[in-house]
Amino acid sequence: MISVGIDIGSTATKAVVFDGRIIGKAMEITGWDPKEAGYRAFRGALDIAGITEDRVGPIVGTGYGRISLPILTGKVTEISCHARGAHHLHPGTRTVIDIGGQDCKVISLSDDGSVSDFIMNDKCAAGTGRFLQVMAGILDATLDELGALAAGGEPVPLSSMCTVFAESEVIGLLARGTGKENIAAGIIDTIARRIQGLAGRVPFLETVTFTGGTAQNPHICRIIAERLGTRLHVPLEPQFVGALGAALIGWED
Amino acid sequence: MTKARTFSEISTLRERNALAVKEAKEKGRRVVGTYCLYSPAEMVVAAGAIPVMLCGTSQNPVPAAEKVLPRNLCPLIKSSYGFAVTDTCPYFHFADLLIAETTCDGKKKMYELLGEMKPLHLMQLPQVQDDAALSYWTGEMVRLKRRMEEDFSVEITDDRLREAISLVNDERRSLKEFQDVCKYNPSPISGMDMLTVLHNRGFTVDKREAIELVDRLTAELREMAEFGVSPFTPSTPRILLSGVPVGIGSDKVVRLIEECGGSVVCFESCGAYKKVEPVEETGDPLAALADRYLRIPCSCMSPNQGRLSLVEQLVREFRADGVVDLTWQGCHTYNIESFSLKKHVQGTAEVPFLQIETDYSESDTEQLKVRIEAFLEMINRAKRTG
Repeated sequence: MISVGIDIGSTATKAVVFDGRIIGKAMEITGWDPKEAGYRAFRGALDIAGITEDRVGPIVGTGYGRISLPILTGKVTEISCHARGAHHLHPGTRTVIDIGGQDCKVISLSDDGSVSDFIMNDKCAAGTGRFLQVMAGILDATLDELGALAAGGEPVPLSSMCTVFAESEVIGLLARGTGKENIAAGIIDTIARRIQGLAGRVPFLETVTFTGGTAQNPHICRIIAERLGTRLHVPLEPQFVGALGAALIGWED
Repeated sequence: MTKARTFSEISTLRERNALAVKEAKEKGRRVVGTYCLYSPAEMVVAAGAIPVMLCGTSQNPVPAAEKVLPRNLCPLIKSSYGFAVTDTCPYFHFADLLIAETTCDGKKKMYELLGEMKPLHLMQLPQVQDDAALSYWTGEMVRLKRRMEEDFSVEITDDRLREAISLVNDERRSLKEFQDVCKYNPSPISGMDMLTVLHNRGFTVDKREAIELVDRLTAELREMAEFGVSPFTPSTPRILLSGVPVGIGSDKVVRLIEECGGSVVCFESCGAYKKVEPVEETGDPLAALADRYLRIPCSCMSPNQGRLSLVEQLVREFRADGVVDLTWQGCHTYNIESFSLKKHVQGTAEVPFLQIETDYSESDTEQLKVRIEAFLEMINRAKRTG
């Protein structure tokens, strides 16, 4: 049997084709049309797998755009999907940290891989990929560059976690001549503190797996790991963990 | 979906009763408005007045309230004040007297402002449940009695108080039996419909009429349950909703839980299960009232062990698969207590627990849906492998 998982996030849309192992995957920018992005990722992943649509069994959708796709045979929240995907890649996983485009979450797993508790950010962009994007924009850097800058800096304390207020705080620091590196380090430290705050509210057991696009940045991973005082397992392509989880859930059902 | 016949009658009570209050007033009856479960309805009944619940569960008047009150205040306080200041709550409009209590800081200060619009009697509520507090609170009962006697030129005798206690106890009995139909699996009534009944019955002028209606509905629901008629299936996740007061208009989380495939089988909140315990009918009636009302397990009490035990007991009795603790934004006492409640629920009842902090607006609906759906997925998975 072949199953597909499609994760339509606020920033990127990911699809994974699974037949016992990953045989195709594709990523698209979600943009203004999540439905079209979903189809493109779906077809792209099938092309890479070299299979036709009629051979696909379950198609499970997750992420904020999951409601917009009529081809789906099932819908599951990204919380269950990230947990399932992370448990598959690192069976010892007991905690998942996921930083997505518009939310961040910490998920606790039982030893059989099922979700036992979770916590998400409130209606606020603090601690999300969006926060990082906006901050990187002020420093005229890409996300990758932000991480690289931060690696050489001493974090300046940013008091605000609110994207709007932090933006004016950063502009103020720049005006005072504070070094970009130190500001970049401060920005990432803000994310790490936010995750630390969330992680304190659920059982936080090792092994900790870090998923979502933000986990591709090694400097961000290092700073968060230091804050939490733990090792982070980062899958090879962390942005696909949600889509993989969706494909696995389709496969098992 | 099959609904009990009496349900539609109750679902229009609020509108119909606004007229009934107006007519009663024109005939010279006094109307007393209350906001909180700590207001002793018995005292109002014994004074020959009509106790009514005042509006405070809709987002509509919140912008008007925010002209005066801080934005990050609890929505219940903003809504209550907004209704009053815009004169859009008919029950507030017709009220001769408001009874208020010093429960939380936000309400207490808001009541100072309401007191400029209407005669308002503020009861000083102690925030601990011991003997000294009880004797103080009994004094507050005496003070309320005198205020009503003076304002309404009546005498509240012990006999009239006892009659009122017995009537309001019957109302409690009726409300408990109604809520207990959800102990059936599946429950014969949705949480949204149950909330509609609990909310609307608070606006009735004639308590006996409300008791009769609710009893009739309960009998119909029991029969439906015996025949297995239900909006749910036996495997639908059963959710206990704990926390802040909810009503029609502030029902977002109840609606989302049921839209996402859950069944709200019990409300631990003020208008629901916090209310059902009767007042002692023997002995001194004022002391009995003080004793019963001080024992209400509201998060403004410290410590508030009673709430932890109540939730634990309700999880067991209603065979709940999960607890959702609803806390309004800016409600410090419920928000902080959520931590202790989670620990208690996970330690004793061993069911999953989800805290939701929100307000009356729809702005976070999508985020809440993710959280609630994930919570139900967690429960479903546990039930399957269970």
